[in-house]
Amino acid sequence: MPAPTFAAQVLQTLAAALLLISFAMLAERRSRRLVTLLIWQGAVLVTSTLLVAATTHLPHLFFSAALTLVLKVGVLPWILLRLMRRLGIERDNEPLVNVPTLMLVGLGLVIFAFGLAQPITALATTVMRHTLGIALAVILLALLMILARRKAFTQVIGFLALENGLFFAATTTTYGMPMVVELGIALDVLVGVFIFGVFFFHIREQFDSLDLHHLESLKED
Amino acid sequence: MTAVLALVGAWLLVGALGLLRPTGIGWVARVLFPMGALVGLGVAAIGAVALTPAFVAQQVVLPLGLPDLPFHVRLDALSGCFLLLLGTAGAGISIFSAGYFRAGEGTAPGLLCLQYHVFIASMAMVVLADDAYLFMVAWETMALSSYFLVTTQHRLPEIRRAGFLYLLMAHIGALGILLCFGVLHGGSWQMTFDAMRASPLTPFWTSAAFVLALVGFGAKAGMVPLHVWLPEAHPAAPSPVSAMMSGLMLKIAIYGLLRVSLDLLPPGPWWWGLLMLAMGVGTTLYGVVFAAVQTDMKRLLAYSSIENIGLILAGIGLVLIFRTFDLRVLAALALAAVLLHAFNHALFKSLLFLATGSVMHATGERSLGKLGGLIRRMPWVAAFALIGSLAIAGLPPLNGFVSEWLLLQTFLQTPRIPLAFLNMIVPLGAAVVVLAAALAGYVMVKFFGVIFLGQHRESSLATARDASWLERIGLAWLALGCVAIGAFPQAALDVAGRVTQALVGTMAQRGPSLWWMAPVASNQASYSGLWYWAGLLTVTAVTFILVRGFFRARSRRTAPWDCGYPWQTPRMQDSAEGFGQPIRHLFGPIFKIEREVPQPTDRAPSYRIQIEDRFWVTCYRPLGRLIQGVTERIAVLQGGQLSVYLLYSFLTLIFLLVCVL
Repeated sequence: MPAPTFAAQVLQTLAAALLLISFAMLAERRSRRLVTLLIWQGAVLVTSTLLVAATTHLPHLFFSAALTLVLKVGVLPWILLRLMRRLGIERDNEPLVNVPTLMLVGLGLVIFAFGLAQPITALATTVMRHTLGIALAVILLALLMILARRKAFTQVIGFLALENGLFFAATTTTYGMPMVVELGIALDVLVGVFIFGVFFFHIREQFDSLDLHHLESLKED
Repeated sequence: MTAVLALVGAWLLVGALGLLRPTGIGWVARVLFPMGALVGLGVAAIGAVALTPAFVAQQVVLPLGLPDLPFHVRLDALSGCFLLLLGTAGAGISIFSAGYFRAGEGTAPGLLCLQYHVFIASMAMVVLADDAYLFMVAWETMALSSYFLVTTQHRLPEIRRAGFLYLLMAHIGALGILLCFGVLHGGSWQMTFDAMRASPLTPFWTSAAFVLALVGFGAKAGMVPLHVWLPEAHPAAPSPVSAMMSGLMLKIAIYGLLRVSLDLLPPGPWWWGLLMLAMGVGTTLYGVVFAAVQTDMKRLLAYSSIENIGLILAGIGLVLIFRTFDLRVLAALALAAVLLHAFNHALFKSLLFLATGSVMHATGERSLGKLGGLIRRMPWVAAFALIGSLAIAGLPPLNGFVSEWLLLQTFLQTPRIPLAFLNMIVPLGAAVVVLAAALAGYVMVKFFGVIFLGQHRESSLATARDASWLERIGLAWLALGCVAIGAFPQAALDVAGRVTQALVGTMAQRGPSLWWMAPVASNQASYSGLWYWAGLLTVTAVTFILVRGFFRARSRRTAPWDCGYPWQTPRMQDSAEGFGQPIRHLFGPIFKIEREVPQPTDRAPSYRIQIEDRFWVTCYRPLGRLIQGVTERIAVLQGGQLSVYLLYSFLTLIFLLVCVL
């Protein structure tokens, strides 16, 4: 196996940073800090995409990097911060499972993701093939975060992190999705966040809180 | 062909026009329903044209439907026969509805008009459909529109419950039919009936298709044990709708059964016919016995419909048996009896349901125990109901006699079947059919006698008013049909012969002349409606003249049947329950009876009886409980916690990924 190029080494470092941020999000309890972490995640994503675009000379990757920058570093965090201010959210409650346990489960998931990616990386030829395991791990960790949180707001952040992971996986294995698909997904995420925002207000109006265990009373007996 | 499609479109248009003035009862009743009746006459005329000897089946592909799946329609003798039925009885019901529906009863009249005409148009489309796709679309439209009609009084919870039961059974039936068509196309994925006729199927799959069709159409027709919706839905609906459902919709189910078992499927093994016959005979007996103990007049008629459907199914069973052994003339005779009985039942059952509608409007009562003596207050309705009752009881010279007589004649021909086993079993069926016919007479005596004869059981009945003239026209039209078929049965047999020609290749013998009907052989059995009428009228006239002319001086007026009592109160009359009591005793094990009998010492004695369908207790309730239990187990999954739901998807994802690994 030839030694990886400099660009590939940088990319792997960035991927590791992404994974680290995911773990940090899993452990973070303050909502404001979560949004900051999300911005960082977006920034890392933009950098890695730019790097891939520079090494492979694929013009559409520049576009998608720009799109990511605008959407994930700019617009979405801004919307989220605004929502936070209007809803008056400062800190999340304790997660459903305590943080150390969550970390251990997360570690298990990462190992699982790497095992899963093993046969695929053996086949792939792209520059970033070793990072697929990390991308899968980011996705699974984001799912775990959605699972373990009580508040609707944190779950939306988890959802956005999930989307980041998917995007990363796409650039890793296939140098990104076709432009049309990417635009569509970007629009979906944007609209999704708007809809979540509306729902937040409705949920709060109904239950005086964004805590989701209130929704349990909706179950039909 | 285009004409009949235009007429179906006209029905839909009439229905849609009802929406112009949703609450305008005058517009809907005085203009739209009579228009619908005219369209019905047109449909009947086209059906009659399709039954002329010169007519050739026509096929059209409509520019409607899904892109690669256009609608095919076809008009042949069998469709024509059922269009004639639909148009004739439909016209009568429509003109009656014009006088019947009033503002402020449940659904707004304009909406009702739409549902009504969509219902009748969809029935016509079922009959015309020539591919499984259009057939199912029309079939489901029929089920849905009739569901809305049944739940016209949707504010009452028991009516919503009846409607739900009906919809449930309709869906179970539709599932059977859908699966049946799924088998019939034989892997070719051609949904036209032509392709289904040609598709090569192994005997196992033809039998599977037959059984599925029997279940599917049987559920709609009210075959025991799939009949439970019928006694609930018919009384719940407004009377013209009950008449349409009982008189027309059950016949459309019979049409489907005939189309699949005689047209689409090749002749099958003999047990098909035997199965159908057994179901039919069981249904007949069950229906009539339950009819005898009912105390609600519409429930009584609903059970009587079950009985008549049983007769028709038994007849189809005979057709299938004869077809298996290639006894074509006999198959044609049985099929003619089936078609004729279907037609007759459409006429007299609609007539009786409409008559109960008039009675209900005049008195506000449905329970037999509170009616009585209405012949004096409502002579018109009573006269028409009498004709209907006599016809349904199978008395000559009316139409019910003709078809039941034909059916029994067919039963008598069974010794010609070359299988000894069937030779022994089929006559047993004949015995049950005769028993049922006799009991049907008993039921109708109860129906007519308790409602119209005797004294008023409630004082409020003294103010009851007769039906309006539009209602009378509707009743008279249907009664006229009963009398006409009774007087010219050989003409009806001729018409049915066109259908038998197309389906089984020959037709029953029509008899020596226009006046006599001798379907088997003129030296074996023959009947003439006209001569019977002539005899009847002569005897009556002679008796009348003799009594009036010779005994006038010695006649006196007195209260009838007072058995020497000095006075009589309405409470001393035979009640509906009393009349049904012998049947309740004889067939006791069939019923599940709950009874409260007062003690002799009671100061305020009360009597209550509730008769339940045993099928509810033995089949449907355990089945319902089983489903309830299983779903409760499954419902544990729905804990209400959002994170648990998310965990489900998470674990599923992990599981699938492991599978990939």
